[in-house]
Amino acid sequence: MDILSGYNREKSNLVSILQAFQHELGYLPEDIILRVADYLRISPATVYSVATFYPRFKFVPSGKKVICACRGTACHVRGGGRVLREIEKQLGIKAGETTPDMEYTLETVSCMGACVLAPAMMVDDEIHGQMTPAKVSEVLDGE
Amino acid sequence: MNEISLNIDGRKVTAKPGMTVLEAALENGIYIPYLCYSPDLKPHGGCRLCIVEIEGMEGMPTACTTPVAECMVVRTSTPDIDDVRCNILELILADHPLDCLTCVKNQRCDLQKVAAYLGISERILPHNDRNIPVDDSNPFFKIDRNYCILCQKCTRTCDEITCANAIEVISRGYESRIGTFGDKPIMESNCQSCGECVVSCPTAALTIKESAVPAYEVETTCPYCGVGCGMYLGVRNGKIVAVRGSDSKANSGKLCVKGRFGIAGYVHSEERLRSPLIKKNGKFVEASWDEALSLIAEKLSSYPKEQVGIISSSRCTNEDNYVAQKFCRLVLGTNNIDHCARLCHAPTVAGLAQTFGSGAMTNSIEDISEADCIFAIGSNTTEAHPVIGMNVKQAVRRGTKLIVADPREIDLVRFADIWLRHHPGTDVALLMGMIKVIVDGKLHNIDFIKERCENSEAFMESLKSYDIDFVERITGVPREQVIAAARMYAAGNPSSILYTLGITEHSHGTDNVIAIANLAMVTGNIGKRGSGVNPLRGQNNVQGACDMGALPNVYVGYQSSTSPETKKKFEAAWGGNLSIEKGLTTPEMFNGACDGTFKALYIIGENSVLSQPNSNHVIKALSSLDFLLVQDIFLTETAQLADVVLPAASFAEKDGTFTNTERRFQRVRKAIEPVSGSLADWEITCRIAEAMGGKGFDYENTSQIMDEIAALAPCFGGIKYERLESGGLQWPCPNADHPGTPILHTKQFACGKGKLTPLKYRPSEELPDADYPLILTTGRRLFHYHTGTMTRKTEGLNIFMGRERVQINPADAAKLGLNDDDAIKVISRRGEVEAGVEVTRVVPPGVVYMTFHFAETPTNMITSCAVDPVTQTPEYKVCAVKIEKSVCL
Ligand code: SF4
Ligand code: SF4
Ligand code: SF4
Ligand code: FES
Ligand code: FES
Repeated sequence: MDILSGYNREKSNLVSILQAFQHELGYLPEDIILRVADYLRISPATVYSVATFYPRFKFVPSGKKVICACRGTACHVRGGGRVLREIEKQLGIKAGETTPDMEYTLETVSCMGACVLAPAMMVDDEIHGQMTPAKVSEVLDGE
Repeated sequence: MNEISLNIDGRKVTAKPGMTVLEAALENGIYIPYLCYSPDLKPHGGCRLCIVEIEGMEGMPTACTTPVAECMVVRTSTPDIDDVRCNILELILADHPLDCLTCVKNQRCDLQKVAAYLGISERILPHNDRNIPVDDSNPFFKIDRNYCILCQKCTRTCDEITCANAIEVISRGYESRIGTFGDKPIMESNCQSCGECVVSCPTAALTIKESAVPAYEVETTCPYCGVGCGMYLGVRNGKIVAVRGSDSKANSGKLCVKGRFGIAGYVHSEERLRSPLIKKNGKFVEASWDEALSLIAEKLSSYPKEQVGIISSSRCTNEDNYVAQKFCRLVLGTNNIDHCARLCHAPTVAGLAQTFGSGAMTNSIEDISEADCIFAIGSNTTEAHPVIGMNVKQAVRRGTKLIVADPREIDLVRFADIWLRHHPGTDVALLMGMIKVIVDGKLHNIDFIKERCENSEAFMESLKSYDIDFVERITGVPREQVIAAARMYAAGNPSSILYTLGITEHSHGTDNVIAIANLAMVTGNIGKRGSGVNPLRGQNNVQGACDMGALPNVYVGYQSSTSPETKKKFEAAWGGNLSIEKGLTTPEMFNGACDGTFKALYIIGENSVLSQPNSNHVIKALSSLDFLLVQDIFLTETAQLADVVLPAASFAEKDGTFTNTERRFQRVRKAIEPVSGSLADWEITCRIAEAMGGKGFDYENTSQIMDEIAALAPCFGGIKYERLESGGLQWPCPNADHPGTPILHTKQFACGKGKLTPLKYRPSEELPDADYPLILTTGRRLFHYHTGTMTRKTEGLNIFMGRERVQINPADAAKLGLNDDDAIKVISRRGEVEAGVEVTRVVPPGVVYMTFHFAETPTNMITSCAVDPVTQTPEYKVCAVKIEKSVCL
């Protein structure tokens, strides 16, 4: 892997390097974080701190499909919580987890910017609005 | 500098430029509530409790981030401000346990203090119990995030002060917390366990596990390494219950893991010696002091005086060492006294005395960080001198360039601009090669060489033999790196050199030191702040033991023992006949013991069996003696061989002084009574002296001993206990008005002109071959000290490192089929030892690294007997070994 060779050892490259690895591997495994830390001569905790600050970085491999439920206020008051519970039930995993067959990863966000469509959920990059628990299986199956 | 005057709450106050409003207020006795401010850290502005109103400024600026300005008008408390503060605090308290009465931080908690100031005594918002599991993986402190207010003082401390960055704020939003890489227990991180973060935490989120509020505190000096950190021992019911750094110039409040957590464990160890022991029929039996003393007096008087000697101790105080050498010279009648500087920095003393005229660190710890460029060679500073290591890293963060020369990828490498990974033992070639690059590039300081040095022509001529091809071939360092390092060092104005035993413990140790001195002279890096040749002395008082004349060739203050005038002077002062024969060094005493020409030895506080090279030879020597007396705080491996053992008091139980690596005399103060049955080392030596009829050993206290030292040694003439009350004094300090000498050789060298000295590269004595293919190099680790007699009494330090793990490169490990923690035998021509394995890229292929901290793995069984011809310092840093897998069950 010579992602690193594309960057000089300036600490300001940290986020770009992490992004490149995230893109390449879909997540940031520990040994990659250690290598990046070593390369930039900073502590692994510092790399981890920066990486955990940005929601886009993952630390475990994601499933083939990433399902995202909204926990924002607009969605919450319109029953987003029930939608999330239904997704959890159907996939058999909790938010933040991945199904053992590596098919689905379930995440939550605090707003998708689709509040008019609340409650909202997303499958990969596609938003599904005005969700109800009943519609969950439809959305999941439809994929 | 002009003072700034401003108005705070209607009071006219003054402040220094650069101060913040918060600092100005606090300094003038005006309290502004704060939680994230610390005088040791950069302003953070996170908690927002210190908000104030300032006329002409919008809103409510934070006092901790706002610099003072002339005529500023500040209000620290208005209804609006207090309203905001109360809101902030209520939010914090919503998450906080509020069990103040039973909390270990009760009455010492900043949150409590702020709440009291704001008049908040109960939780107003609904309680949000966080219920985060406590991380108590570290043996010394625990992390309870339920009490955390996210002020980030700990992470900023670990960043700005320790420079370890073991902990950071991880995650975001409501989830943010203090955590390590991967959010793992702190023991699995790169935390050095210095405890600095714990000290900084304003709440009970970070607390020391075993600690109590002391009844009183005594300021003293750390007994471990040569940094000589000032510390307070907190005592309660006769026990040390807390240790904290004091604001000594050596450490400015910082401590490392050994100083902070490694004291009470050994001072209060069950294994402390409590009675004199006499060996009868091969077994130790307890004896009274009188019985032991009369036996010792009888024995020590019964041999010809050239067959008797003393090995004194760099762990003991100056006063202990002074009395030991006085006893040796006056009562035993011989100059046969030595101590472990023979094993470490004797080449420094010899090499620097020859080139500069004085064998000590030229500059002060404080000014190292003012260097433009630091060149650390053969110094694993972070582990061996941790607090100086912190200073170096802080300097690098502020822009100082760092060159590291070390075969191992030590922690400092991560901070280095250039890392020279030279082959062990090739320092002369590397350093002289750098000098040649500097001279060829006309980067040398011609004026300095002309005015302050001599022998430059012959020296310049001698550089011819160090052309870059040769240097590259011998050292294994690519030429570009040698050139870049030479240029970087020469460009620094000033540049400072730090080195330790990686330079001295070679069969060409004195040459290595001279090469360093040459490099500094050629570039004029001597005699000014931030420059110099700075040998970091290993033990707490190894500088002092040399200074006090626990050496065969010099009396106290480096006065030659073979000079008739010195002899006359001391005969007059001490009232007795003195020998003018140069005494025996430690290796000479051991060799003499083996041949039967040396009969009786008095060892004070040294565990020679584990610390001297080639232990078999040492054991043979000690067992061949007619009489061996050992005085120590524990029954060490060496004491076990003795005929008589005397119980000594620890540093916490006695008065005296230690002299740290920067030549600073610092007080050691008695904090607790000696363990019953034990006495301070100087008292014991005085009793033996008196039992042998010696006169002039009736000191009432150590201050009297210091007065005698000051009267007899011109360079310590101004050292007096009263003057040491307010910080230490750096010698030379010739008289009572002299302020001490932070920097040596400012106007001229101690010997007049500096001597540029041509050198010849000599390879190490024992190089690897087909039978013994690996180079063994030895050194220290952060969590233990020397032969472990003290550190291994602290359980927590053993948890960090409980046994020897030989560092070996993955390539060599693969060849030998070794994995982490496999049991192996390391074998040299002299013997073999058993140990575990740590497979790591820290060591280069072909090199293995071991410590001598563990009696179970007596590494010095296998180290070489090769010595530096000038000082007889052993070559601990290079010998040839092979490794075999142990067949274990
Ligand atoms: S103990 Fe020292 S190294 Fe460890 S986290 Fe605290 S400050 Fe950092
Ligand atoms: S652990 Fe202590 S110092 Fe660190 S952020 Fe929390 S309260 Fe502040
Ligand atoms: S750096 Fe040295 S003197 Fe300071 S606390 Fe640590 S061991 Fe003691
Ligand atoms: S709150 Fe759910 S999309 Fe904005
Ligand atoms: S002390 Fe000023 S913001 Fe915390």
